[in-house]
Order: sequence, then structure tokens, then C-alpha cells
Amino acid sequence: MKLKKFLPQLLTLLFIVLIFGFFTMNAQENMDTRGIEFGFGFLTQEASFDIQFSLIDYDGSDSYARAYLVGLLNTLLVAFIGIILATLLGLIVGVARLSPNYLIRKTASFYIEFFRNVPLLLQIFFWYFAALRALPMPQDATMILGSSFMTIKGFFTPAPIWTNFDVFFITLIIAMILVFFFVKFAKKKQEQEGKQLPVLIISLVIFIGLPLLTFLVGGVDLSFSFPELRKMSKSSYTFDGGMGIPPELIALTLALTLYTATFIAENVRAGIQGIGKGQKEAAASIGLTPSQVLKLVIMPQALRIIIPPTTNQYLNLTKNSSLAAAIAYPDLVLVFAGTAMMQTGKAIEIVGITMATYLTISIAISLLMNWYNQRIAIKEK
Amino acid sequence: MNSKNFDLPKSKIQISRNTSLIIGTLFFFLGIFDFCLNNLLGTNITSFLPRFINFFTPLIFGVIGLHFIRIEFSGIKILDSLNKNINPSNFNAALSLCIIFLIIFALPPLLNWFIFDANISGDTKEACTGGGACWVYIKVWFNRFMYGMYPNAEQWRINVTFIAVLGFMAAGFFTPAKFRNYLSLYYTLILPIISFILIYYLISGGSFGLEWVETGAWGGLSLTFIVAFFSLIFCFPIGMMLALGRRSDLPIVKYSSLSFIEFWRGVPLITVLFMSAVMFPMFLPDGTYVDKLIRVVVAITLFEAAYTAEVIRGGLQALPRGQYDAAKSLGMGYWKLHIFVILPQALKLVIPGIANTFLALVKDTPLIFVVGLLEVVGMLNLAKTNPKWLGFSMEGYVFAGIIFWIICYSMSKYSQKLELKYKTDR
Repeated sequence: MKLKKFLPQLLTLLFIVLIFGFFTMNAQENMDTRGIEFGFGFLTQEASFDIQFSLIDYDGSDSYARAYLVGLLNTLLVAFIGIILATLLGLIVGVARLSPNYLIRKTASFYIEFFRNVPLLLQIFFWYFAALRALPMPQDATMILGSSFMTIKGFFTPAPIWTNFDVFFITLIIAMILVFFFVKFAKKKQEQEGKQLPVLIISLVIFIGLPLLTFLVGGVDLSFSFPELRKMSKSSYTFDGGMGIPPELIALTLALTLYTATFIAENVRAGIQGIGKGQKEAAASIGLTPSQVLKLVIMPQALRIIIPPTTNQYLNLTKNSSLAAAIAYPDLVLVFAGTAMMQTGKAIEIVGITMATYLTISIAISLLMNWYNQRIAIKEK
Repeated sequence: MNSKNFDLPKSKIQISRNTSLIIGTLFFFLGIFDFCLNNLLGTNITSFLPRFINFFTPLIFGVIGLHFIRIEFSGIKILDSLNKNINPSNFNAALSLCIIFLIIFALPPLLNWFIFDANISGDTKEACTGGGACWVYIKVWFNRFMYGMYPNAEQWRINVTFIAVLGFMAAGFFTPAKFRNYLSLYYTLILPIISFILIYYLISGGSFGLEWVETGAWGGLSLTFIVAFFSLIFCFPIGMMLALGRRSDLPIVKYSSLSFIEFWRGVPLITVLFMSAVMFPMFLPDGTYVDKLIRVVVAITLFEAAYTAEVIRGGLQALPRGQYDAAKSLGMGYWKLHIFVILPQALKLVIPGIANTFLALVKDTPLIFVVGLLEVVGMLNLAKTNPKWLGFSMEGYVFAGIIFWIICYSMSKYSQKLELKYKTDR
């Protein structure tokens, strides 16, 4: 009996040790013969390459560590925008798939069937190389909403210039805290006295009014720098000032959003369908309006079914953002595992760091969503 | 006509049913007509209105029309189903109209681009004169998109191999009942070996008087199939072992499976392929060379095995404890219990999940461009940069999109069929 438990474990251990031993031994030998040294010292060296798009200040004289940070931030940016947009779109399409309206239902299912059965990489290429290339050159672009330009070189829009931004920011946080406590208070009041306070309106007033006050009293001011056309050479133009969103970012976000939203929509649909019809009927029979039924009865229960698979989709979206490398959007993979590795030749260290980073992001998202999932889970006593 | 008084629409003005129907139809078609005029002919008959209202006139007309038409029971079949399906409320009427307008707006230019203005005859770039798609480009490059850089004269070898592999795969359907029990063994062990031998000796060549074609020249859709096929076949048994390992009572087995699964699930495939391309040679003894196609297949297999393992684990968890207890009470050991009782039931449960993993695998194959192997999408990117054929990327991507859509859609439909076929009531 003991042997039965002991033997498989020993074999597994032996297998793992042998594989790892074999690989590390070879790596050691190979590095010795090629004169490569293992170490992370290169991170402080000068990177001496440029990155097209960065959220923080960066130029070629900065270190590899800084380049890594630029790549990481770019990856997080895409993931963040993508997750928010995909969730919104997925929610809408998921609900639309259950609509009583035939046209809406069919349009939603057509969208889902189409976009999820085409490889993501192909979609990224399509948006970047085919769809966005059909846009006009900067000098021919027409103005959108009086201030923005959609061109082949990206989307140019006015950039906000803040004075005393920190005052504004602090008020925003204070407003958030106030709203949080107010919602708690309103809930308590309803539970104890049965009174319903106009939570949404008061929260909105706090959330919008308080930061607005800072403009009047706190010396906060907001102005915009508008994009202006500038001639670079004989026939090449570009926009100066304002905020430029590169076409790579647009194509990547578009593809990731449209692709992931199909899966989220299916999760939402499955979640809503997973709630028994009786729940809806019971809720309607006590006189709730359809929107109240959805908000108070269906969604809270459906969320428990929706959250776990949607967490996976968030993880997938984050990991899929690494396809950015294919269209040269400077994300973590392109900047670090691409350019930096070519220059330093530190394959093992760099791939290791990259993978460790993705693992960390994945675990962070999982933990966050699990925490949320536990919060909304049924609490049985 | 029946003169009985049916429920009138909820409008405040009381008018007879027929008048309301006529007014409704009139307004509805006025809305559609206005929209068609605006978009197809470029004339705006309501341009005297303020800009904001003018923009919404077709919608307003249409919603008013649909509002009048909304009668609970009219006796006319089409009208009743229309009311029930696209016109149950004003809000839904507006949404339906938006979609109708979208179709009117988008369909004609799309069809024009796709069919009516497209060029298909000829075999040079100059043949494309219309404003539509240039399918000549696809026609000329079709061979490359299917076979990559594989020499034209040798392409029959790929065809023969694929037909043969398909034949061996279909053999399962025709086996007599006597051998049915060995089918799983056939699919997991014998078929991969047969296909590997076929691909090695026929597609690769180098013996039996066949010319050697190195894997770097393989490409196009046939490469997609080869990579997907092998990864698919190998990832299944590995995933099964990992799933069992993760549910094992033995701590070392459990935690090594767990960390293996979580590692592969946590990293993006592109970094795994990157690793197989640049890092893997460092881990091999000096002088050994592993073909990059094999490296790619190994990388994708390990990656997808982790996902398969999680899917199968879901099935294992879904089985009631009684199944384990009953099998144990019959004196079955660990392996007997799993092979004859647990796995057959668990696998049935997870058909949709496994199908999804396989679909993901097929959709992930374009990523092998990282190591320089060019399947369809890779070939498209290469063809796009050909100086003789610049500017046809749209046609290429649309073409590849259709191909992948057909493959993936039929796979998912097939899996739904399988699911129904093996569904057992519990």
C-alpha cells in the first residue's frame, strides 16, 4: 500500500529532475562555449533604441529597465481599454441575443458567429493593413466634431492641459469616498426603515458637482491643445500638439475588443438563460417593471454564472494583446522580448522576465476577479 | 373583412383599424423611401428642416408608421408576425428600423465590392479595373496560399497525404462492431503514427525517389492543417494525464501537474513560440538540431494540453461521487476505474469544451509566423509585399477570413452534433 503511493511520486520526481537537469546542463555548456554570462546586469545598461509610442518619458539613452517599463505600460494600456470596451459590448450583445426582437437577435448572433470564428491575428492584420490604410493622409483628413482628425497615421484629438490637476484629482477621490458612504447609508436606511433614497441622482450630483466646484474655487483650470497640421517634408505632413493615438493601438484595441466581446456576450447569454424562468415570472408578479426585474432579480444571480468564464476572457485578452508584436505596436513582447533581446542576446533572462511578467498579470487579474466573485456569491448560512 | 372591433393601438386619437393601418404603412415606407433617397441617390427631400431633425427624419417617420401598425391582432398573417417579431414596442421598433437602415446602407456597397464591381477574369494586376475586389489576385496566388513555397510539381504529394489521412480518420465509422472497443486506441496511438509516417515519407520526401522538401518551404493552408492536426492529436492524451494528475491524492504528482498547467495557462502563446524559436536551441546538446516545425508543434501541444487538462478536469469534477464509490466497491483499481468508468463519462460531458479548445488551436496556428513558418495568414503578408501585386491586402484578408470562418464554423457545428449524439440523460 505504501509502495503504491510512493512509486508514482518517485517516478514523477525523477522525470522532472531528469528533464530539468538535462536542459540546465546543456544550457550551461552552451553558454560556456559561446561565452555568454547569465545575469541581470544588462537591465541598467543604456538601451539605445527608440520606441514609437510610450506613456512615460523615454528615449534611447534610458536603461533597458526603463524600456521594459514602457513596454509593460503599453501592454497594460491595451489590456485595460480592451477589457472595458469588450465588457460593455459583450453585455449589450449578450442581452441583445435574448431580445424578443427578431432583427436584433439575428444581428447579434451574426456578429458573434462571424467574429469568433476568424483568427484574432487575421483580424488585427485586417484592421491594420486593410481597413485603417483606407483612411486619408493627414493633409486630406476632414475634421471630426470640429477638433479631431482620423488619418492613416492615427487618431488626433485635443489634449487636455490641466492647471492644479492634483486639487481636481483629490476632490475626485473625496467624491468617490462620499458616494461610497452615502450608498452604504442609503442601503442601511432602506433595510431599517424601508425608505428608498434617490441614490443614483444624489451620487451623480456628488460625483459631478464636487469636482466642478474646484473649477470655481480651487483654481483648477482645463484648456486644450489642438492638433495642428505641420509640414515635415515636401509631401509628408503630420499633426503637432494634441493627443495622437497611433494606428497600431487603434487596430489592436479594435480587434481585441470585437473578438473578446463575442465570448463575453455568450457568457452573458448563458448566465441570463441559466436563471430559471420562474424567477422572472415571480419578480414580475410582485409588480416589478422589466428593467427592475433585470437589475434586481436576474442580473445579480446571472453574474454568479457570468463572472468565472468572463475572468478567463479577461486573461485571454491580456495575453492576446501580445499579438501586438505582429503589427509593431511597442508592447512588452515587441520591446523587450524582441528588440532588447536582439541587442543583448540575453535570451534566457529576457524570456524569463517576460513570462514572469505575464504570469504576474494573469494571477493579479485572477485574484481580483475571484475576490469579486466571492463577494457576490450566494452566502449560505 | 371581419368587422369585429379589434384592439386599437394605444394612441390617444381613436381612428378605425384600417385607417391606422394605411397611415402606418404610408409612414413606414415614407421613412424607408427617405432613407434610400438620402443614401443611395444622394437627394435629401427634407433638407429644409433643421440639421438635427433632418438627420433623424427617416427614423421618426418609420417609428410613427410602426406605431400605427402595431395592432394586437389584425388577421393578416405577415402583419401579425411582423408586429410580434420586430415591432413589439416603440423602443424595439426604433432598434429594428436602425438595423433595417444599416442593411440598406451597408449591403449595396458591400455587394458591389464583393461581386458586381469585382474582377475575376484575367491573370495580371492590370485586369483589375473595376472599383470592386480584385479576385484575380486570389486566383493567381491561390496555389501559394494553399501550399506555400512547396514546389508546384510535388504538390500532388500533399494532396495524396491529406486524402489518405482523411481516409484513415474515417475508418472509425466503418469498423465492424467487433473492433469498436479498440477505436480509442486506434485514434490515440495508431492514427498519429500512420499520419506521421505518411507526412514524413510523402510530404518531406527524401526517400523512395521523392525529392526532399525542407519544412521551411511548407506553408499555406496545408501547413495550418498539419500543425493543427498533430497538436490536436498529441495535446489530448497529455491533457488527460495532467487532468488526472491534478486531481491525484499524491502531493508531488498533484502539485507538479498543477504548476505545469498554471504556467502554460499564464503565458501568451506568442512568447512560448518565441521561446521555442530562440531559447530552445540553447537547452539542447551542442550540435543537435530539431526542425522548427517540430519545435512549433511541441510548443503548441504543451500549451493547448494545459487548456485541455482544465476542460477535462471540469468533466471529472462534474461526475457524482457515487460513480467512484460504485466502481471501487467492484474492486477496481485506479487505472481500471478511470479507463472504464470515469473517463468515458467525463469526456462525454466536456465535448463542447474540448471542441472550443480545438477551435482555439486552429485559430492560433497563424502565430507560427514567429518562427518563420508561413501558413495562410503568413503567406498573405508575404504576398502583400510583392512589388507586382501591391495594394490588395483587403482581398487577401477577406479571403483568409472566409476560409477560417468555414473551417471553424463547421467544426463548432459538428461538435454540437456530437454533443447531441452522445448526450445521455442523467
